[in-house]
Amino acid sequence: MDEEGDAVFRALADPTRRHLLDRLFEQDARTLSELEADLPMSRFGVAKHLKVLEDAGLVVSRKSGRQKLHYLNPVPIRLIHDRWIDKYTERRVAALAELKAQLEDPS
Amino acid sequence: MTEPDPRAAQVYRLFIKATPEAVWDAITKPEWTAQYFYGARVETTGEAGASFRYRSPNGMELWGDETVLESDPPRRLVVGWRSLYDESLREEPASQVTWEIEPQDGGVTLLTLTHDRLEQSPGTAADVSGTGWMFVLSGLKSALETGSGLVPSGT
Repeated sequence: MDEEGDAVFRALADPTRRHLLDRLFEQDARTLSELEADLPMSRFGVAKHLKVLEDAGLVVSRKSGRQKLHYLNPVPIRLIHDRWIDKYTERRVAALAELKAQLEDPS
Repeated sequence: MTEPDPRAAQVYRLFIKATPEAVWDAITKPEWTAQYFYGARVETTGEAGASFRYRSPNGMELWGDETVLESDPPRRLVVGWRSLYDESLREEPASQVTWEIEPQDGGVTLLTLTHDRLEQSPGTAADVSGTGWMFVLSGLKSALETGSGLVPSGT
């Protein structure tokens, strides 16, 4: 699923898009109007960024009556964490676990 | 039941390399949930109106004791949710969890989990966000895609 990973990294590479994710993290389920409020950018520009986030799976939108609400979907970031970060921390954690075992073993 | 407030909802979505039937089994069969749901074993037939329980790994406690509200295997399952695993959260009113399973091209399935009706359950909402559902769903994905640690069901 590296294509998926590519889309996530590309989506995260832009400060406006990271800002939008931060806004959704603070308060989920927002409309485009709410999200564009504090951005020095046209409504169209913000909509384009949201589309990139949606295509990368980082945002899921849902119709609610006449409104379209945007939800933060953190799962793709978690999967990148599982795929990359765990690989680098595993060894350190293993070393700590061994140290603990040695310290606790009186023999 | 009144209409849920769409803002009191959390949505999680991921692609899984597995068939919709396999994803359905992973949600409704204990030998699967034991691998990714904090070791909990689910107990349900998956039919509408049936009970839907999560039992702790040692079998002694009920972490979930709800009912299947809607069932359309292998596409859609709606169950109640109360955080019985946590003393401080177990009294919060019931919320609702919807599992949606959609086949995509190339043997991939799109799984969307919506946890809503959380208006009156702020503690539960905080508890299941963050690593809560993310941990469960990434574990479900890796259980299905790698098949690691699959233990046979049985007594």
